[in-house]
Amino acid sequence: MEGVTLSEAEQRYYCDLFSYCDTESTKKVASNGRVLELFRAAQLPNDVVMQIMELCGATRLGYFGRSQFYIALKLVAVAQSGLPLRVESLNTVKDLPLPRFVVSKNEQESRHTALYSSDAENPASYSGVIPPPPPGRIQGKKGSVSHDAVQQRTSTDQQESTSPIVSPQQSPPTSPHTWRKHNRHPSGGNNERPLAGPGPFWAPFSEVQPGSSTSSDPIWSGHSPPPHQENWVSFADTPPTSALLAMHPASVQDQTTVRTVASATTANEIRRQSSSYDDPWKITDEQRQYYVNQFKTIQPDLNGFIPGSAAKEFFTKSKLPILELSHIWELSDFDKDGALTLDEFCAAFHLVVARKNGYDLPEKLPESLMPKLIDLEDSTVIPVVSEVGEQTGEVGYSGSPAEAPPSKSPSMPSLNQTWPELNQSSEDTAIVHPVPIRMTPSKIHMQEMELKRTGSDHANPTSPLLVKPSDLPEENKMGSSVKFTSGNTVTDGYSSSDSYTSDPEQIGNAVTRQRSHSGTSPDNTAPPPPPPRPHASHSRSSSLDMNRSFSVTPGQQQAGVVAYPPAVPPRPQPSQGAGPHVHRSVDADGLIAHTSTSPQQIPEQPNFADFSQFEAFAVSGVNKEEEDEIETHPEVLQVEKPSDSASSLRVAKADGRVEDKAPANVPSSAGKGTTPLAPPPKPIRRRLKSEDELRPEAEEHTQKTGVIAAVLASQPSIPRSVGKDKKAIQASIRRNKETNTVLARLNSELQQQLKDVLEERISLEVQLEQLRPFSHL
Amino acid sequence: PSQCDLLCSQNYPLYIRSVPTENELKFHYTVHTSLDVVDEKISAMGKALVDQRELYLGLLYPTEDYKVYGYVTNSKVKFVMVVDSSNTALRDNEIRSMFRKLHNSYTDIMCNPFYNPGDRIHSRAFDTMVNSMMMQVC
Repeated sequence: MEGVTLSEAEQRYYCDLFSYCDTESTKKVASNGRVLELFRAAQLPNDVVMQIMELCGATRLGYFGRSQFYIALKLVAVAQSGLPLRVESLNTVKDLPLPRFVVSKNEQESRHTALYSSDAENPASYSGVIPPPPPGRIQGKKGSVSHDAVQQRTSTDQQESTSPIVSPQQSPPTSPHTWRKHNRHPSGGNNERPLAGPGPFWAPFSEVQPGSSTSSDPIWSGHSPPPHQENWVSFADTPPTSALLAMHPASVQDQTTVRTVASATTANEIRRQSSSYDDPWKITDEQRQYYVNQFKTIQPDLNGFIPGSAAKEFFTKSKLPILELSHIWELSDFDKDGALTLDEFCAAFHLVVARKNGYDLPEKLPESLMPKLIDLEDSTVIPVVSEVGEQTGEVGYSGSPAEAPPSKSPSMPSLNQTWPELNQSSEDTAIVHPVPIRMTPSKIHMQEMELKRTGSDHANPTSPLLVKPSDLPEENKMGSSVKFTSGNTVTDGYSSSDSYTSDPEQIGNAVTRQRSHSGTSPDNTAPPPPPPRPHASHSRSSSLDMNRSFSVTPGQQQAGVVAYPPAVPPRPQPSQGAGPHVHRSVDADGLIAHTSTSPQQIPEQPNFADFSQFEAFAVSGVNKEEEDEIETHPEVLQVEKPSDSASSLRVAKADGRVEDKAPANVPSSAGKGTTPLAPPPKPIRRRLKSEDELRPEAEEHTQKTGVIAAVLASQPSIPRSVGKDKKAIQASIRRNKETNTVLARLNSELQQQLKDVLEERISLEVQLEQLRPFSHL
Repeated sequence: PSQCDLLCSQNYPLYIRSVPTENELKFHYTVHTSLDVVDEKISAMGKALVDQRELYLGLLYPTEDYKVYGYVTNSKVKFVMVVDSSNTALRDNEIRSMFRKLHNSYTDIMCNPFYNPGDRIHSRAFDTMVNSMMMQVC
């Protein structure tokens, strides 16, 4: 085997470990038994262990010489860091953490590791804390500790410090050390601790820990500890919490201990093998078993509820501050009924355990903790909606019809608020839920839905939606109504959403959640980013372009052409089948961005959209129309907004509309964000775009540009020989112009009002100051 | 700028949230003075059955470029919302829906056994909901 370069700490550590394994004191060979135990304690899967052994040459030699042992340890560290096992990695990996072995095989080892750890362990402080040795141990329930050290501990009752299952990646080595240290402290102290009520309650915690460590070795071998939060037994980072845990053995010895210990033991074993490391909040089987047993102590019927008062007492024993318990309750009482079902109870208990271990409480209930709703296959609805960014729960719905129609609407990435768009992109997930994000008749519909689900979390109006996919045919209807295939839906969407953006957003959120979440890590604090839309570039660009075009300064004739790139140029865009979707996304954006957007724009746009669609379909390959559209839009846009960039883009655009659009999109997105007018116009543009897209691209594009230039010259009246389509376009153009002017006026008025308000504020402050001396009277 | 207040039956505040946070004193003052109007409306309602519609008190009074809306629950817990008058797009039914959401969230808080009625409300979920609502208004 090639040589291994070890750092100072590594050298010491490995040396100690070798000594530990060197049961025969040969100083040359580590006993295979011990080595195997050590490897199992590293909690690596068996095949990894085998690989390590091969790589280090032990299989060749048949024994672990010092060098082989060191190499093996280094490989263990490599494996624990998640790096592939390669011979080269031995020397190339820098800053490799020390390999961690879960169970402190012996005092010596733990001591050594403790030495290596940087944290200052304070034995004194821990003495009081005594790791809650599972009473079970004391009672010999935990039997199967194969490690000598552990067994010793078992015999001593509380000294068992279950070495917390430390996730290799993260927990600092200290945590195991702390535990070990604790273990050493005689738990005689534990016995002395009087735990009154909390005792039995806490026994589980302590038991769990020991349980985890005591579980048989084989279990550990394949198991890398769950990520930090999973180590609820591990008390990893927080000594203070360990103090809490120290509650105690005395109580532990009570009744519950026996039962819990047993369950914990088995649970630990199972847990080790089954915990999923991706999900820090996942409840392992053994934990679940433990929770279930605790539930039974309060409520024998597993299908029943634990009333709030009983639950309150129970969790108060955990000595967490009331505020935190209150938060935990909020997270776990999914249906907000003041009582806990078994699932809710398990979630709450799990959160309490995690919190006691020092893990911060999440803002929303992690998916793995969500109670399984009866009528959902996948359930998991996020109980708390935090505005826009809720993480999505698992999607319980196999197919969301609502999503299908909108499907491809690429949501503009820039618009985080466009949840509806997200929803529409059914592509990203197998979102079953039909929830129509766009609320067409939406508001009313949503309200109905909300009312339906009064039981569910109101903070999450969407949750009901998520919860009962099957129950909501209406949602399906909504979804279908939301479809953008017909331009009218846009209108509806607009109008309804206009007045009630919150609901759509929430629904969108819900849908988004569903979608994006399917089983991904629950730790998202922000909503998962919308799945990449197939036509993302395209649609986005179109919408962005539209924004930009709005922001184009009026009067840029050229710019007009250019300014309107978003709408028109996209024609060539390949993915444009999603034109309507694009519109929708645009609409959504518009809606979301401006809850208070002038409603008057809405009616105009949909009409426009309708026409656009109509035109698109009715007239195929009419370059002129495209040009017209392009022209009209630029006109409208130009009047209102300046966009030099747009113009430049337009000019630059040759065939690669998409590319052109891309840059245009960027600025337009920026423009979009800033200009209130942007959103309304967007949908319109989109429609044009979609139409454009539908049409053949390249030639038209070039033709268009040429024509556009010409047309721009004659903007005010766009003479069209084409007939009613043109007229419709013109009409819509006019409407847009009007809208633009109205909005501009509104803008100026608002500015004026703002100034007035500020002045008033100043004057009132002055008055306040004057009155202040009198306030004491 | 707007503020959302939640006051208990004894008229002391359980929850106050202002967006933005300057001028909070003015908001507090406004809310306090609006309590009189609320009481007046409550007493005027009499013992009639109290359904949702009656819970919403509507615009209490518009002054100083602020509009004050009130809502009272059956247990005499009052919700007062102060919004800027310049926020013309805010419609009455939107205010109603906001109050409804507030009421629902308040109910959820009440369901929490760890919450003692009369305590200040520290619920994160409630905060989140109120924040999102206020964002809409402002």
